[in-house]
Amino acid sequence: MLDSGERAILAGDSGKAMQLAMGLVVKAAGIMAAPHLIPIGFAHIDACFYTGQAHVDFVRFLLANGARLSVPTWTNNGVVSLADPSLRPQADDPEFVSGARLVMELYAQLGCKPTWTCAPYQLAGGPKFGDHIAVGESNAVAYYNSALGARSNKYGDYLDVACALTGKVPFAGLHTDAGRRAQLHFACEGLPDAWRGEGIFAHLLGHHIGRISGQRIPVITGLPASTTKDAMKAISSAAAASGGVELWHGVGVTPEAPDLAAVFQAGERHEVTKDCLMRAHAELSTARDGPLDAVALGTPHFSFTEFADLVALLGGRRVKAGMKVFVSTSRGVRDIIRAKGWLKELETAGIEIPVDVCTYYSPKVRGLKGRVMTNAAKWAYYAPGMLGVEVAFGSLRECVESAVRGEVWRDPALWLRQ
Amino acid sequence: MIRAKVLSAAQAEGPVLALDEPLSFWGAFEPRTGVILDVHHPQRGACVAGTILLMHESRGSGSAPGAIAEAIRLGTAPAAIILAVPDVNLAIGAEVAATLYGRRCAVLVVSASELAELRRSSHVRVTLEGVVTAYSAA
Repeated sequence: MLDSGERAILAGDSGKAMQLAMGLVVKAAGIMAAPHLIPIGFAHIDACFYTGQAHVDFVRFLLANGARLSVPTWTNNGVVSLADPSLRPQADDPEFVSGARLVMELYAQLGCKPTWTCAPYQLAGGPKFGDHIAVGESNAVAYYNSALGARSNKYGDYLDVACALTGKVPFAGLHTDAGRRAQLHFACEGLPDAWRGEGIFAHLLGHHIGRISGQRIPVITGLPASTTKDAMKAISSAAAASGGVELWHGVGVTPEAPDLAAVFQAGERHEVTKDCLMRAHAELSTARDGPLDAVALGTPHFSFTEFADLVALLGGRRVKAGMKVFVSTSRGVRDIIRAKGWLKELETAGIEIPVDVCTYYSPKVRGLKGRVMTNAAKWAYYAPGMLGVEVAFGSLRECVESAVRGEVWRDPALWLRQ
Repeated sequence: MIRAKVLSAAQAEGPVLALDEPLSFWGAFEPRTGVILDVHHPQRGACVAGTILLMHESRGSGSAPGAIAEAIRLGTAPAAIILAVPDVNLAIGAEVAATLYGRRCAVLVVSASELAELRRSSHVRVTLEGVVTAYSAA
């Protein structure tokens, strides 16, 4: 099953770090019943997201024992921001914050490109259709597989790094043609066109299909041909959170599904109705409407086009005094909006734009309390448990108006409200 | 006697802790204490340290390998985890901990009926080769 080069690394010819890495890939291949390994061209790792001292010890072991990355390797967001010291209240939990910072610095030292983003697909220079890749972050696995047609299983901590070091993955699951066929069908054709074009539709649909699909592969029909990358991000992240979806197909929208027959024969079929979407909305909104404490946008990281929408919706207004509004994004996207003049405009409006982190898991944001509004299904899914807040889920327009008014505002023109 | 498939090898023995629901080792479990935190889990509050942990499957999280490795480092991990569904994450976490710290947690897979049989035992012993036997604590 292994070629001579792989066997030599496994025997320790390339040092102890590469031996451990190959050992982990081969271990995974055995469990996944892969006949052999295949080369990859890209990796996005999640092991830089600190969860304890073992994370630090692992990357230190690699650095001390001759580890070398075989492929371009980008990093997921960290627990703390290296770029913004103010987001790192060291005093809150010194051991945790310094460990989180150290593990990020060590992965940069290993040669990773320090992108620190959960939406690496928004940056130039990534993988393309048909590429085999190794990705750890759940929404990025789903986006790369679905929107781009690159191929990755979801690689957990350490295995993601082991794949990046060896440049190999087990040939199994979503790397194979047979492993990418849809197992159930969601039909949206029955819904009015205008609804299907709304940003909030993609979040609700993603949450709904994830709930029903679990870890299976769904195919969706009836998505508009104009479905944006932001909508595909929303479907990917919501379905990965509420279920465990690593690949979905959108007929006429995603590259492997020009028509239904290309990915699906016959089987379980679900009609998506207004009731399904209303139920998804109710599941994502734990708070009643009322005075608002904060607004959290950018899960996964806000894109350039989402910032364009935000700036337009804000129309030069300021958010209500005392209101915390976070829009998390990557350094890469923040550089672009800075050049456009939007960063200054948003900061003047009272909005914070943290980078490198995730707003349901950075130490500063863990101080959030009360009623928080978001347009992101993934944030709404995790924040009540992670942060202990109540969530009012809404459209981007509703989030912006609510931030300005200081209380939850519901759009009477939105189809959900009618 | 049951012959298990070995995902990560270790010799171990101890009291059985049988879980009624899958456990996510990240988020639902505290590596610093070995205690199950998830308020929705039937065995909430139980400490897994040193046990032979039986569960049908693990609840997937990409951060599970780090959490199990951290628990092994701190000595709060189970002595062995016996599953009915193979789990890459737990095997990877156990292998990494073995390399970094020289400490092991066995990760084994048996059939669902064998797992049901083991649930009736108070104590279980496992060998490096994956031989699983029940015993009574004297």
